Amino acid sequence: MSGSHGPAARLYRPGTSAVHRLPAHCKLVAVLAFVLTVVATPREAVWAFGAYAAFLACVAAVARLPAGFVLRRLVIEVPFVAFAFLLPFIATGPRVEWLGLSLSESGLWGAWNILAKGTLGVAASVLLAATTELRQVLLGLQRLRLPPLLVQIASFMLRYADVIADELTRMRIARESRGFTARGPRHWSVLAKTAGALFIRCYERGERVHLAMLSRGYDGGMPVIDRLTAGGAQWARAAALPVPALVVCVLGWTL
Amino acid sequence: MDPVTRPDPAPGQAPSLDVSGLAYAYPDGHQALFGVDLTVGRGERVALLGPNGAGKTTLVLHLNGILTPGAGTVRVAGTPVVKDTLPEVRRRVGIVFQDPDDQLFMPTVREDVAFGPANAGLRGPELERCVSRALDRVGMAGYADRPPHHLSFGQRRRVAVATVLAMDPEILVLDEPSANLDPAARRELAEILLSLDLTVLMVTHDLPYALELCPRAVVLSEGVIAADGPTPDLLADEALLRAHRLELPFGFDPRTTRR
Repeated sequence: MSGSHGPAARLYRPGTSAVHRLPAHCKLVAVLAFVLTVVATPREAVWAFGAYAAFLACVAAVARLPAGFVLRRLVIEVPFVAFAFLLPFIATGPRVEWLGLSLSESGLWGAWNILAKGTLGVAASVLLAATTELRQVLLGLQRLRLPPLLVQIASFMLRYADVIADELTRMRIARESRGFTARGPRHWSVLAKTAGALFIRCYERGERVHLAMLSRGYDGGMPVIDRLTAGGAQWARAAALPVPALVVCVLGWTL
Repeated sequence: MDPVTRPDPAPGQAPSLDVSGLAYAYPDGHQALFGVDLTVGRGERVALLGPNGAGKTTLVLHLNGILTPGAGTVRVAGTPVVKDTLPEVRRRVGIVFQDPDDQLFMPTVREDVAFGPANAGLRGPELERCVSRALDRVGMAGYADRPPHHLSFGQRRRVAVATVLAMDPEILVLDEPSANLDPAARRELAEILLSLDLTVLMVTHDLPYALELCPRAVVLSEGVIAADGPTPDLLADEALLRAHRLELPFGFDPRTTRR
């Protein structure tokens, strides 16, 4: 009825490419291995990061994701790397002059390190999210034996995010219909009470959902209905990202 | 309307639901039920009417052992509802809750309908068949892979019915099935409920809906069964309705709607 498209729907880009078709748990393992490899690379091996970016670009091309789509989603990283831009100014040690600014050399390397590794990690995750439905990601996590409680919590978040957002919207409309607009700190108490009311409503809904689950025989575990399976060929295809990355990483340490 | 039929249980065949002397007080001391006696024969469709706060939901939560009686017993098809029988009882009593968003908690319709039978141990093609049969019965077979929050309210209510049909219940218990439905969705649900060959207990304020679907009605008021009889007779008894805060919609006369 709401027909809303939550954050999940905006991240995913439907398709039928080879990347889309890989089982979710293969992709999860590939992304995790890739990120670990990137993080393990020495920051001085600048060329290695270029190679990693090129690998990701290849994946994006195979998945037929437009560059603009991926770049726009990278913006999410900005708040997290803001600190990186401060590093050259506040770090100590030998300094270099640039455009009249005095920058710390180790700070510059530190900033580069965070920026490069962060961006590559986020880009890999964006590719994963764009080619894998969230539902499949959860099934993948389940397949990888993540503790079932965590998977259940995540799948309930996926199911109820829109319901709760709708509830919040209705509360906002009700507030505004009675002439309320948040204009300053004096109104924060109203917003805080809204948050409290939303929490109580969610809590009560949680209790009702639990009743409904008990009524259908819930005993603490979700029955595994869809079991993901992957053959050797699919694992091999998933390895096409992390294995070359590992080679680059080893070269970065030895060269 | 059909005359009220209370099929005599065949020898060895217990009524679908047998509640006797059921009393219950909440932990905070509030007593909700004071000795409820109710028998629903196999294949009967019974409306449970009553004002807000009469204890209807409390009664419903006893039927599959979510609440444990303070006194009295509940039997489902002869099986007493006690701790050891809970898995069996919960399979046999299908409760459709009022808000389908509470009932549909899985990411897709198919998984949600599969939840109950999978808990009962079904797997593989057998489970698939069970799910598609249940969805077929409510006319939602084409929506198996949709997430529940992309369905209309009426569709969600129908899927909620399918989730309990999939467990092949002895008795279907509906809590306010017509709440929040538009007239077309209300009629569609009525058609589905009439097409099911099942024992039905329907909790509702919607008296015309009760008249349409249930030959027999019981009034629960202040924690006891205050009246029990053919629905048209109960709805024609103005004094009874008034005494228990039940009202017919404006312009609705149960005597002229007999079919």
